[in-house]
Amino acid sequence: MSADNLVEIKDLDFAYEDRPILKGISLSIPRGKVVAMMGGSGCGKTTLLRLIGGQLRPSRGEILVDGQSVPALNNDELYAMRRRMGMLFQFGALFTDISVFDNVAYQMREHTDLPEEVIRDMVLMKLNAVGLRGAHALMPAELSGGMARRVALARAISLDPMLIMYDEPFAGLDPISLSVIGQLIRKLNDALGATTIMVTHDIQESLHIVDFIYFMSEGKIVASGTPDEIRASKHPFVHQFVCAEADGPVPFHYPAEPLMDEMLGKGTHGR
Amino acid sequence: MGGENKPSGVLLSALGTLGHHVTDAVQRLGFASRFFVMLLLWSGQSFRRINLTIREIYFSGFQSLLIIMVSGLFIGMVLGMQGYDTLQRYGSADALGVLVALSLVRELGPVVAALLFASRAGSSITAEIGLMKATEQLMAMDMMAVNPIARVVAPRFWGGVISMPLLAALFSATGVFGGYLIGVVFIGVDEGAFWSQMQASVDFRYDVWSGIVKSFVFGIAVSLIAVFEGYDAVPTAEGVSSSIKSTVVKSALAILALDFVLTSFMFREAG
Repeated sequence: MSADNLVEIKDLDFAYEDRPILKGISLSIPRGKVVAMMGGSGCGKTTLLRLIGGQLRPSRGEILVDGQSVPALNNDELYAMRRRMGMLFQFGALFTDISVFDNVAYQMREHTDLPEEVIRDMVLMKLNAVGLRGAHALMPAELSGGMARRVALARAISLDPMLIMYDEPFAGLDPISLSVIGQLIRKLNDALGATTIMVTHDIQESLHIVDFIYFMSEGKIVASGTPDEIRASKHPFVHQFVCAEADGPVPFHYPAEPLMDEMLGKGTHGR
Repeated sequence: MGGENKPSGVLLSALGTLGHHVTDAVQRLGFASRFFVMLLLWSGQSFRRINLTIREIYFSGFQSLLIIMVSGLFIGMVLGMQGYDTLQRYGSADALGVLVALSLVRELGPVVAALLFASRAGSSITAEIGLMKATEQLMAMDMMAVNPIARVVAPRFWGGVISMPLLAALFSATGVFGGYLIGVVFIGVDEGAFWSQMQASVDFRYDVWSGIVKSFVFGIAVSLIAVFEGYDAVPTAEGVSSSIKSTVVKSALAILALDFVLTSFMFREAG
Protein backbone atom coordinates (compact mmCIF):
# COMPACT_ATOMS: atom_id res chain seq x y z
CA MET A 1 0.00 0.00 0.00
CA SER A 2 1.31 3.42 -0.86
CA ALA A 3 1.80 5.63 2.20
CA ASP A 4 0.12 8.43 0.26
CA ASN A 5 -3.21 6.60 0.32
CA LEU A 6 -5.27 6.63 3.50
CA VAL A 7 -7.78 4.10 2.18
CA GLU A 8 -7.09 1.29 -0.25
CA ILE A 9 -9.61 -1.25 -1.45
CA LYS A 10 -8.68 -4.26 -3.56
CA ASP A 11 -10.96 -6.74 -5.35
CA LEU A 12 -13.78 -6.18 -2.89
CA ASP A 13 -16.90 -8.33 -3.15
CA PHE A 14 -19.89 -7.99 -0.88
CA ALA A 15 -23.28 -9.70 -0.89
CA TYR A 16 -26.35 -9.56 1.34
CA GLU A 17 -27.01 -13.28 1.67
CA ASP A 18 -27.08 -14.37 -2.00
CA ARG A 19 -27.74 -10.90 -3.46
CA PRO A 20 -24.44 -9.45 -4.70
CA ILE A 21 -24.04 -5.71 -3.97
CA LEU A 22 -20.37 -4.97 -4.72
CA LYS A 23 -18.39 -6.84 -7.35
CA GLY A 24 -14.61 -6.57 -7.59
CA ILE A 25 -14.21 -2.98 -6.40
CA SER A 26 -10.66 -1.60 -6.32
CA LEU A 27 -9.91 2.01 -5.48
CA SER A 28 -7.65 4.22 -3.45
CA ILE A 29 -8.28 7.43 -1.54
CA PRO A 30 -5.19 9.67 -1.22
CA ARG A 31 -4.50 11.47 2.06
CA GLY A 32 -5.80 15.00 2.34
CA LYS A 33 -8.16 14.72 -0.62
CA VAL A 34 -11.93 14.99 -0.93
CA VAL A 35 -13.19 12.07 -3.01
CA ALA A 36 -16.77 11.51 -4.14
CA MET A 37 -18.38 8.14 -4.78
CA MET A 38 -21.20 8.68 -7.23
CA GLY A 39 -23.91 6.56 -8.73
CA GLY A 40 -27.64 6.04 -8.76
CA SER A 41 -29.61 4.96 -5.74
CA GLY A 42 -29.01 1.36 -4.76
CA CYS A 43 -25.69 0.94 -6.57
CA GLY A 44 -23.83 0.05 -3.35
CA LYS A 45 -22.28 3.41 -2.41
CA THR A 46 -23.52 3.45 1.19
CA THR A 47 -22.60 -0.24 1.57
CA LEU A 48 -19.06 0.69 0.59
CA LEU A 49 -18.93 3.34 3.35
CA ARG A 50 -20.18 0.83 5.89
CA LEU A 51 -17.52 -1.64 4.79
CA ILE A 52 -14.80 0.99 5.25
CA GLY A 53 -16.22 1.79 8.70
CA GLY A 54 -16.17 -1.92 9.62
CA GLN A 55 -19.94 -2.20 10.10
CA LEU A 56 -20.08 -4.88 7.41
CA ARG A 57 -17.58 -7.56 6.48
CA PRO A 58 -16.68 -8.21 2.85
CA SER A 59 -17.17 -11.63 1.25
CA ARG A 60 -13.77 -11.23 -0.45
CA GLY A 61 -11.07 -8.63 -0.91
CA GLU A 62 -9.08 -6.19 1.15
CA ILE A 63 -9.94 -2.89 2.86
CA LEU A 64 -6.96 -1.02 4.27
CA VAL A 65 -7.39 2.17 6.29
CA ASP A 66 -4.15 3.85 7.37
CA GLY A 67 -2.34 0.58 6.70
CA GLN A 68 -4.65 -1.58 8.84
CA SER A 69 -6.94 -4.22 7.37
CA VAL A 70 -10.42 -3.27 8.64
CA PRO A 71 -12.07 -6.75 8.35
CA ALA A 72 -9.18 -8.29 10.35
CA LEU A 73 -9.57 -5.96 13.35
CA ASN A 74 -11.08 -7.28 16.57
CA ASN A 75 -13.76 -5.29 18.37
CA ASP A 76 -11.39 -3.16 20.48
CA GLU A 77 -9.12 -2.42 17.56
CA LEU A 78 -12.10 -1.53 15.39
CA TYR A 79 -13.42 0.89 18.02
CA ALA A 80 -9.92 2.41 18.34
CA MET A 81 -9.94 2.91 14.57
CA ARG A 82 -13.44 4.40 14.58
CA ARG A 83 -12.36 7.04 17.10
CA ARG A 84 -10.21 8.38 14.26
CA MET A 85 -13.12 8.33 11.80
CA GLY A 86 -16.06 10.71 11.61
CA MET A 87 -19.25 9.81 9.81
CA LEU A 88 -22.16 11.97 8.77
CA PHE A 89 -25.33 9.99 8.21
CA GLN A 90 -27.88 10.77 5.54
CA PHE A 91 -30.36 12.45 7.87
CA GLY A 92 -27.88 13.52 10.52
CA ALA A 93 -28.79 10.79 13.06
CA LEU A 94 -28.55 13.30 15.90
CA PHE A 95 -29.46 11.98 19.35
CA THR A 96 -32.92 13.43 19.73
CA ASP A 97 -33.07 13.30 23.55
CA ILE A 98 -30.09 15.61 24.12
CA SER A 99 -29.30 19.19 23.04
CA VAL A 100 -27.13 20.32 20.13
CA PHE A 101 -24.31 21.04 22.60
CA ASP A 102 -24.52 17.57 24.17
CA ASN A 103 -24.63 15.92 20.75
CA VAL A 104 -21.32 17.53 19.78
CA ALA A 105 -19.85 16.86 23.24
CA TYR A 106 -20.97 13.20 23.15
CA GLN A 107 -17.78 11.60 21.84
CA MET A 108 -15.54 13.88 23.91
CA ARG A 109 -17.33 12.81 27.08
CA GLU A 110 -17.37 9.12 26.08
CA HIS A 111 -13.78 8.84 24.96
CA THR A 112 -11.76 11.44 26.86
CA ASP A 113 -11.28 12.54 30.46
CA LEU A 114 -11.21 16.21 29.53
CA PRO A 115 -12.64 18.59 32.14
CA GLU A 116 -16.06 20.01 31.34
CA GLU A 117 -14.66 23.55 30.80
CA VAL A 118 -12.33 22.31 28.07
CA ILE A 119 -15.15 20.29 26.46
CA ARG A 120 -17.32 23.42 26.52
CA ASP A 121 -14.70 25.46 24.66
CA MET A 122 -14.08 22.68 22.13
CA VAL A 123 -17.79 22.17 21.45
CA LEU A 124 -18.35 25.87 20.93
CA MET A 125 -15.39 26.00 18.54
CA LYS A 126 -16.76 23.09 16.52
CA LEU A 127 -20.21 24.67 16.43
CA ASN A 128 -18.64 27.99 15.45
CA ALA A 129 -16.92 26.26 12.54
CA VAL A 130 -20.33 25.22 11.16
CA GLY A 131 -21.89 28.60 12.03
CA LEU A 132 -24.22 27.30 14.75
CA ARG A 133 -22.59 28.41 18.00
CA GLY A 134 -25.74 30.41 18.72
CA ALA A 135 -27.88 27.26 18.43
CA HIS A 136 -26.01 25.22 21.05
CA ALA A 137 -28.91 25.14 23.49
CA LEU A 138 -31.54 24.00 20.96
CA MET A 139 -32.88 20.47 20.80
CA PRO A 140 -32.53 18.53 17.50
CA ALA A 141 -36.31 18.73 16.92
CA GLU A 142 -36.02 22.54 16.81
CA LEU A 143 -33.52 22.52 13.92
CA SER A 144 -34.20 22.77 10.19
CA GLY A 145 -32.89 19.97 7.94
CA GLY A 146 -29.85 22.01 6.89
CA MET A 147 -29.03 23.02 10.48
CA ALA A 148 -29.35 19.42 11.68
CA ARG A 149 -26.90 18.35 8.97
CA ARG A 150 -24.43 21.03 10.10
CA VAL A 151 -24.71 19.95 13.74
CA ALA A 152 -24.12 16.35 12.65
CA LEU A 153 -21.08 17.60 10.77
CA ALA A 154 -19.77 19.35 13.90
CA ARG A 155 -20.33 16.10 15.80
CA ALA A 156 -18.53 14.05 13.12
CA ILE A 157 -15.41 16.22 13.45
CA SER A 158 -15.56 16.52 17.25
CA LEU A 159 -12.44 14.37 17.81
CA ASP A 160 -10.54 15.77 14.77
CA PRO A 161 -10.76 12.54 12.72
CA MET A 162 -8.24 11.49 10.08
CA LEU A 163 -11.05 10.26 7.82
CA ILE A 164 -14.47 11.85 7.44
CA MET A 165 -17.21 9.92 5.63
CA TYR A 166 -20.40 11.53 4.39
CA ASP A 167 -23.46 9.52 3.38
CA GLU A 168 -25.56 11.65 1.00
CA PRO A 169 -24.72 14.97 2.71
CA PHE A 170 -26.83 16.95 0.22
CA ALA A 171 -30.02 14.86 0.27
CA GLY A 172 -33.18 16.90 0.79
CA LEU A 173 -31.49 20.30 1.27
CA ASP A 174 -32.50 23.65 -0.20
CA PRO A 175 -29.95 25.25 -2.59
CA ILE A 176 -28.49 27.58 0.06
CA SER A 177 -28.04 24.86 2.71
CA LEU A 178 -26.66 22.58 0.01
CA SER A 179 -24.00 25.09 -0.96
CA VAL A 180 -23.17 25.80 2.72
CA ILE A 181 -22.67 22.08 3.44
CA GLY A 182 -20.56 21.72 0.27
CA GLN A 183 -18.26 24.58 1.28
CA LEU A 184 -18.01 23.23 4.84
CA ILE A 185 -17.01 19.77 3.64
CA ARG A 186 -14.12 21.26 1.65
CA LYS A 187 -13.11 23.81 4.30
CA LEU A 188 -13.17 21.38 7.22
CA ASN A 189 -11.22 18.74 5.32
CA ASP A 190 -8.44 21.22 4.56
CA ALA A 191 -8.46 22.85 8.01
CA LEU A 192 -8.27 19.51 9.85
CA GLY A 193 -5.79 17.96 7.41
CA ALA A 194 -8.27 15.08 7.10
CA THR A 195 -9.32 12.91 4.17
CA THR A 196 -12.91 12.88 3.00
CA ILE A 197 -15.04 10.26 1.27
CA MET A 198 -18.40 11.55 0.18
CA VAL A 199 -21.18 9.34 -1.11
CA THR A 200 -23.57 11.42 -3.16
CA HIS A 201 -25.56 11.69 -6.34
CA ASP A 202 -25.40 15.47 -6.49
CA ILE A 203 -23.07 15.87 -9.44
CA GLN A 204 -23.13 19.65 -9.82
CA GLU A 205 -22.25 20.46 -6.21
CA SER A 206 -19.62 17.71 -6.11
CA LEU A 207 -17.82 18.94 -9.22
CA HIS A 208 -17.17 22.24 -7.38
CA ILE A 209 -15.63 20.85 -4.23
CA VAL A 210 -14.04 17.43 -4.78
CA ASP A 211 -10.58 16.41 -5.97
CA PHE A 212 -11.56 13.09 -7.50
CA ILE A 213 -14.73 11.21 -8.42
CA TYR A 214 -15.47 7.49 -8.71
CA PHE A 215 -18.63 6.47 -10.56
CA MET A 216 -20.35 3.29 -9.46
CA SER A 217 -23.05 1.32 -11.18
CA GLU A 218 -24.47 -2.08 -10.25
CA GLY A 219 -21.74 -2.67 -7.69
CA LYS A 220 -18.80 -1.85 -9.95
CA ILE A 221 -16.59 1.18 -10.54
CA VAL A 222 -17.44 2.21 -14.11
CA ALA A 223 -15.50 5.48 -14.42
CA SER A 224 -13.28 7.80 -12.45
CA GLY A 225 -11.44 11.09 -12.82
CA THR A 226 -10.88 14.63 -11.63
CA PRO A 227 -13.81 17.05 -11.98
CA ASP A 228 -12.32 18.44 -15.22
CA GLU A 229 -11.89 14.96 -16.68
CA ILE A 230 -15.45 14.09 -15.69
CA ARG A 231 -16.86 17.22 -17.35
CA ALA A 232 -15.01 16.32 -20.56
CA SER A 233 -15.78 12.59 -20.36
CA LYS A 234 -17.48 10.85 -23.28
CA HIS A 235 -18.22 7.74 -21.19
CA PRO A 236 -21.94 6.98 -21.74
CA PHE A 237 -22.69 6.41 -18.04
CA VAL A 238 -20.88 9.59 -16.95
CA HIS A 239 -22.58 11.52 -19.73
CA GLN A 240 -26.01 10.29 -18.66
CA PHE A 241 -25.25 11.19 -15.05
CA VAL A 242 -23.75 14.64 -15.71
CA CYS A 243 -26.53 15.58 -18.11
CA ALA A 244 -29.20 13.94 -15.94
CA GLU A 245 -30.75 12.01 -18.86
CA ALA A 246 -33.66 9.75 -17.99
CA ASP A 247 -32.54 6.81 -20.11
CA GLY A 248 -29.15 5.47 -21.11
CA PRO A 249 -26.82 2.85 -19.61
CA VAL A 250 -28.93 3.24 -16.46
CA PRO A 251 -32.31 2.11 -17.79
CA PHE A 252 -35.55 3.93 -17.01
CA HIS A 253 -37.39 0.62 -16.59
CA TYR A 254 -36.83 -1.89 -13.84
CA PRO A 255 -36.18 -5.23 -15.63
CA ALA A 256 -39.53 -6.69 -16.76
CA GLU A 257 -41.07 -8.85 -19.47
CA PRO A 258 -42.13 -7.10 -22.66
CA LEU A 259 -45.20 -4.93 -22.03
CA MET A 260 -47.20 -6.62 -24.81
CA ASP A 261 -46.71 -10.09 -23.27
CA GLU A 262 -47.84 -8.76 -19.90
CA MET A 263 -50.93 -7.08 -21.42
CA LEU A 264 -51.93 -10.20 -23.34
CA GLY A 265 -51.68 -12.35 -20.23
CA LYS A 266 -48.60 -14.31 -21.32
CA GLY A 267 -46.41 -12.99 -18.51
CA THR A 268 -45.87 -14.35 -15.01
CA HIS A 269 -48.81 -12.27 -13.79
CA GLY A 270 -51.04 -14.04 -16.32
CA ARG A 271 -54.72 -13.92 -15.55
CA MET B 1 -48.54 -23.05 -10.88
CA GLY B 2 -51.78 -24.88 -11.55
CA GLY B 3 -50.84 -27.52 -8.93
CA GLU B 4 -51.41 -24.96 -6.20
CA ASN B 5 -55.16 -25.47 -6.45
CA LYS B 6 -55.00 -29.26 -5.97
CA PRO B 7 -55.38 -30.50 -2.39
CA SER B 8 -51.79 -31.86 -2.35
CA GLY B 9 -50.48 -28.47 -3.53
CA VAL B 10 -52.38 -26.64 -0.80
CA LEU B 11 -51.12 -29.09 1.81
CA LEU B 12 -47.54 -28.73 0.60
CA SER B 13 -47.69 -24.96 0.65
CA ALA B 14 -49.27 -24.99 4.14
CA LEU B 15 -46.50 -27.31 5.34
CA GLY B 16 -43.93 -25.05 3.72
CA THR B 17 -45.37 -21.99 5.49
CA LEU B 18 -45.42 -23.87 8.80
CA GLY B 19 -41.80 -24.92 8.27
CA HIS B 20 -40.82 -21.34 7.55
CA HIS B 21 -42.52 -20.12 10.71
CA VAL B 22 -40.79 -22.79 12.80
CA THR B 23 -37.31 -22.11 11.38
CA ASP B 24 -37.88 -18.36 11.73
CA ALA B 25 -38.93 -18.78 15.35
CA VAL B 26 -35.91 -20.97 16.14
CA GLN B 27 -33.60 -18.52 14.42
CA ARG B 28 -35.06 -15.59 16.37
CA LEU B 29 -34.78 -17.51 19.62
CA GLY B 30 -31.11 -18.12 18.86
CA PHE B 31 -30.63 -14.47 18.02
CA ALA B 32 -32.40 -13.42 21.23
CA SER B 33 -30.21 -15.74 23.33
CA ARG B 34 -27.07 -14.38 21.70
CA PHE B 35 -28.39 -10.87 22.32
CA PHE B 36 -28.96 -11.70 26.01
CA VAL B 37 -25.40 -12.99 26.39
CA MET B 38 -24.04 -9.85 24.68
CA LEU B 39 -26.20 -7.74 26.97
CA LEU B 40 -24.77 -9.44 30.05
CA LEU B 41 -21.21 -9.14 28.74
CA TRP B 42 -21.67 -5.43 28.07
CA SER B 43 -23.45 -4.71 31.35
CA GLY B 44 -20.34 -3.51 33.19
CA GLN B 45 -20.83 0.07 32.09
CA SER B 46 -24.38 0.12 33.49
CA PHE B 47 -22.91 -0.31 36.96
CA ARG B 48 -19.65 1.59 36.52
CA ARG B 49 -21.58 4.59 35.22
CA ILE B 50 -24.48 4.09 37.55
CA ASN B 51 -26.04 7.41 36.50
CA LEU B 52 -27.05 5.80 33.20
CA THR B 53 -29.01 3.10 35.04
CA ILE B 54 -30.47 5.51 37.62
CA ARG B 55 -31.80 7.64 34.75
CA GLU B 56 -33.60 4.57 33.36
CA ILE B 57 -34.95 3.62 36.80
CA TYR B 58 -36.41 7.13 36.87
CA PHE B 59 -37.98 6.79 33.40
CA SER B 60 -39.32 3.26 33.64
CA GLY B 61 -39.75 2.85 37.40
CA PHE B 62 -40.51 6.22 38.94
CA GLN B 63 -42.72 7.35 36.08
CA SER B 64 -44.79 4.14 36.38
CA LEU B 65 -45.48 4.82 40.05
CA LEU B 66 -48.80 6.58 39.54
CA ILE B 67 -50.45 3.85 37.44
CA ILE B 68 -49.01 1.12 39.69
CA MET B 69 -50.23 2.71 42.92
CA VAL B 70 -53.65 3.71 41.63
CA SER B 71 -54.20 0.21 40.20
CA GLY B 72 -52.96 -1.38 43.43
CA LEU B 73 -55.36 0.72 45.47
CA PHE B 74 -58.36 -0.20 43.32
CA ILE B 75 -57.51 -3.90 43.18
CA GLY B 76 -57.07 -3.88 46.98
CA MET B 77 -60.46 -2.19 47.39
CA VAL B 78 -62.15 -4.71 45.09
CA LEU B 79 -60.49 -7.57 46.98
CA GLY B 80 -61.77 -6.03 50.22
CA MET B 81 -65.36 -6.00 48.97
CA GLN B 82 -65.34 -9.39 47.27
CA GLY B 83 -63.41 -11.01 50.12
CA TYR B 84 -65.74 -9.64 52.77
CA ASP B 85 -68.80 -10.80 50.82
CA THR B 86 -67.47 -14.38 50.70
CA LEU B 87 -65.87 -14.57 54.14
CA GLN B 88 -68.83 -13.20 56.10
CA ARG B 89 -70.99 -16.11 54.80
CA TYR B 90 -68.72 -18.42 56.78
CA GLY B 91 -68.45 -16.06 59.71
CA SER B 92 -64.79 -15.44 59.17
CA ALA B 93 -64.81 -11.79 58.09
CA ASP B 94 -61.90 -11.19 60.50
CA ALA B 95 -59.67 -13.11 58.07
CA LEU B 96 -60.16 -10.40 55.44
CA GLY B 97 -56.66 -9.03 56.09
CA VAL B 98 -55.10 -12.43 55.39
CA LEU B 99 -57.04 -12.90 52.16
CA VAL B 100 -56.18 -9.46 50.83
CA ALA B 101 -52.51 -9.67 51.80
CA LEU B 102 -51.92 -13.22 50.52
CA SER B 103 -53.69 -12.59 47.21
CA LEU B 104 -51.62 -9.49 46.64
CA VAL B 105 -48.22 -10.58 47.89
CA ARG B 106 -48.25 -14.01 46.30
CA GLU B 107 -50.04 -13.38 42.99
CA LEU B 108 -51.69 -10.12 42.10
CA GLY B 109 -48.84 -7.84 43.17
CA PRO B 110 -46.11 -9.40 40.99
CA VAL B 111 -48.41 -10.38 38.09
CA VAL B 112 -50.56 -7.27 37.69
CA ALA B 113 -47.66 -4.91 38.40
CA ALA B 114 -45.61 -6.74 35.73
CA LEU B 115 -48.48 -6.56 33.21
CA LEU B 116 -48.85 -2.82 33.87
CA PHE B 117 -45.09 -2.34 33.73
CA ALA B 118 -44.94 -4.12 30.35
CA SER B 119 -47.61 -1.86 28.87
CA ARG B 120 -46.39 1.38 30.45
CA ALA B 121 -42.59 1.08 30.50
CA GLY B 122 -41.85 -1.95 28.27
CA SER B 123 -43.69 -0.48 25.30
CA SER B 124 -41.94 2.88 25.67
CA ILE B 125 -38.50 1.22 25.93
CA THR B 126 -39.23 -0.71 22.70
CA ALA B 127 -40.48 2.43 20.97
CA GLU B 128 -37.46 4.45 22.04
CA ILE B 129 -34.85 1.88 20.99
CA GLY B 130 -36.77 1.04 17.79
CA LEU B 131 -36.95 4.70 16.78
CA MET B 132 -33.27 5.20 17.61
CA LYS B 133 -32.59 2.32 15.24
CA ALA B 134 -34.92 3.67 12.54
CA THR B 135 -33.28 7.11 12.68
CA GLU B 136 -29.78 5.56 12.49
CA GLN B 137 -28.89 6.81 15.99
CA LEU B 138 -27.73 3.35 17.08
CA MET B 139 -25.60 2.99 13.98
CA ALA B 140 -24.17 6.50 14.51
CA MET B 141 -23.30 5.57 18.08
CA ASP B 142 -21.58 2.40 16.91
CA MET B 143 -19.59 4.42 14.35
CA MET B 144 -18.52 6.75 17.19
CA ALA B 145 -16.96 3.70 18.88
CA VAL B 146 -19.69 3.65 21.54
CA ASN B 147 -21.32 0.24 21.84
CA PRO B 148 -25.13 0.71 21.66
CA ILE B 149 -25.73 -2.45 23.72
CA ALA B 150 -23.57 -1.08 26.54
CA ARG B 151 -24.76 2.51 26.29
CA VAL B 152 -28.45 2.21 25.37
CA VAL B 153 -29.70 -1.35 25.87
CA ALA B 154 -28.02 -2.52 29.10
CA PRO B 155 -28.98 0.49 31.28
CA ARG B 156 -32.61 0.18 30.17
CA PHE B 157 -32.60 -3.54 30.89
CA TRP B 158 -31.13 -3.16 34.38
CA GLY B 159 -33.33 -0.15 35.09
CA GLY B 160 -36.35 -2.40 34.41
CA VAL B 161 -34.98 -5.36 36.39
CA ILE B 162 -34.32 -3.16 39.43
CA SER B 163 -37.63 -1.27 39.20
CA MET B 164 -39.91 -4.29 38.86
CA PRO B 165 -39.68 -5.80 42.39
CA LEU B 166 -39.95 -2.31 43.92
CA LEU B 167 -43.06 -1.55 41.87
CA ALA B 168 -44.61 -4.92 42.77
CA ALA B 169 -43.94 -4.25 46.46
CA LEU B 170 -45.56 -0.82 46.22
CA PHE B 171 -48.49 -2.33 44.32
CA SER B 172 -49.04 -4.86 47.11
CA ALA B 173 -48.64 -2.23 49.83
CA THR B 174 -51.20 0.15 48.30
CA GLY B 175 -53.44 -2.87 47.64
CA VAL B 176 -53.36 -3.86 51.31
CA PHE B 177 -54.17 -0.25 52.18
CA GLY B 178 -57.10 -0.37 49.72
CA GLY B 179 -58.37 -3.57 51.38
CA TYR B 180 -58.03 -1.91 54.81
CA LEU B 181 -59.89 1.16 53.58
CA ILE B 182 -62.89 -0.87 52.40
CA GLY B 183 -62.83 -3.65 55.00
CA VAL B 184 -62.05 -1.71 58.17
CA VAL B 185 -62.97 1.92 57.47
CA PHE B 186 -66.14 1.45 55.39
CA ILE B 187 -67.48 -2.03 56.24
CA GLY B 188 -66.34 -2.08 59.84
CA VAL B 189 -64.25 -5.28 60.13
CA ASP B 190 -62.34 -5.24 63.41
CA GLU B 191 -59.07 -3.38 62.86
CA GLY B 192 -57.07 -5.43 65.38
CA ALA B 193 -58.18 -8.71 63.82
CA PHE B 194 -57.48 -7.41 60.30
CA TRP B 195 -53.83 -6.61 61.05
CA SER B 196 -53.02 -9.31 63.62
CA GLN B 197 -54.37 -12.17 61.48
CA MET B 198 -52.45 -10.79 58.53
CA GLN B 199 -49.23 -10.66 60.55
CA ALA B 200 -49.75 -14.15 61.90
CA SER B 201 -50.57 -15.80 58.57
CA VAL B 202 -48.33 -14.12 56.03
CA ASP B 203 -45.05 -16.00 56.10
CA PHE B 204 -42.00 -14.09 54.96
CA ARG B 205 -40.16 -17.10 53.54
CA TYR B 206 -43.04 -18.61 51.54
CA ASP B 207 -45.25 -15.64 50.77
CA VAL B 208 -43.28 -12.41 50.65
CA TRP B 209 -40.08 -13.98 49.36
CA SER B 210 -41.88 -15.93 46.62
CA GLY B 211 -43.55 -12.67 45.52
CA ILE B 212 -40.17 -10.95 45.34
CA VAL B 213 -38.64 -13.82 43.35
CA LYS B 214 -41.58 -13.74 40.94
CA SER B 215 -41.41 -10.02 40.35
CA PHE B 216 -37.64 -10.22 39.83
CA VAL B 217 -38.09 -12.97 37.20
CA PHE B 218 -40.91 -11.01 35.53
CA GLY B 219 -38.66 -7.94 35.54
CA ILE B 220 -35.95 -9.84 33.67
CA ALA B 221 -38.47 -11.28 31.18
CA VAL B 222 -40.29 -8.00 30.45
CA SER B 223 -37.13 -5.90 30.25
CA LEU B 224 -35.40 -8.42 27.99
CA ILE B 225 -38.41 -8.64 25.67
CA ALA B 226 -38.71 -4.83 25.58
CA VAL B 227 -35.06 -4.13 24.73
CA PHE B 228 -34.81 -7.04 22.29
CA GLU B 229 -37.94 -6.09 20.38
CA GLY B 230 -36.67 -2.52 20.10
CA TYR B 231 -33.17 -3.53 19.04
CA ASP B 232 -34.51 -6.09 16.55
CA ALA B 233 -37.26 -3.81 15.16
CA VAL B 234 -37.56 -3.43 11.41
CA PRO B 235 -36.36 0.18 11.06
CA THR B 236 -39.58 1.60 9.60
CA ALA B 237 -42.74 3.11 11.11
CA GLU B 238 -44.65 -0.18 10.65
CA GLY B 239 -41.71 -2.17 12.00
CA VAL B 240 -41.49 -0.14 15.22
CA SER B 241 -45.25 -0.24 15.69
CA SER B 242 -45.28 -4.02 15.25
CA SER B 243 -42.40 -4.38 17.74
CA ILE B 244 -44.29 -2.39 20.36
CA LYS B 245 -47.31 -4.65 19.88
CA SER B 246 -45.02 -7.68 20.18
CA THR B 247 -43.53 -6.37 23.43
CA VAL B 248 -46.94 -6.05 25.06
CA VAL B 249 -48.27 -9.41 23.79
CA LYS B 250 -45.11 -11.44 24.43
CA SER B 251 -44.56 -9.86 27.85
CA ALA B 252 -48.12 -10.68 28.92
CA LEU B 253 -47.80 -14.29 27.75
CA ALA B 254 -44.35 -14.65 29.31
CA ILE B 255 -45.56 -13.24 32.65
CA LEU B 256 -48.55 -15.59 32.82
CA ALA B 257 -46.59 -18.66 31.72
CA LEU B 258 -43.70 -17.93 34.09
CA ASP B 259 -46.19 -17.29 36.91
CA PHE B 260 -47.65 -20.76 36.42
CA VAL B 261 -44.21 -22.39 36.37
CA LEU B 262 -42.91 -20.45 39.38
CA THR B 263 -46.09 -21.00 41.40
CA SER B 264 -46.01 -24.74 40.79
CA PHE B 265 -42.39 -24.89 41.98
CA MET B 266 -43.16 -22.76 45.02
CA PHE B 267 -46.19 -24.86 46.02
CA ARG B 268 -44.13 -28.01 45.75
CA GLU B 269 -41.46 -26.42 47.92
CA ALA B 270 -44.01 -25.24 50.46
CA GLY B 271 -45.73 -28.64 50.57
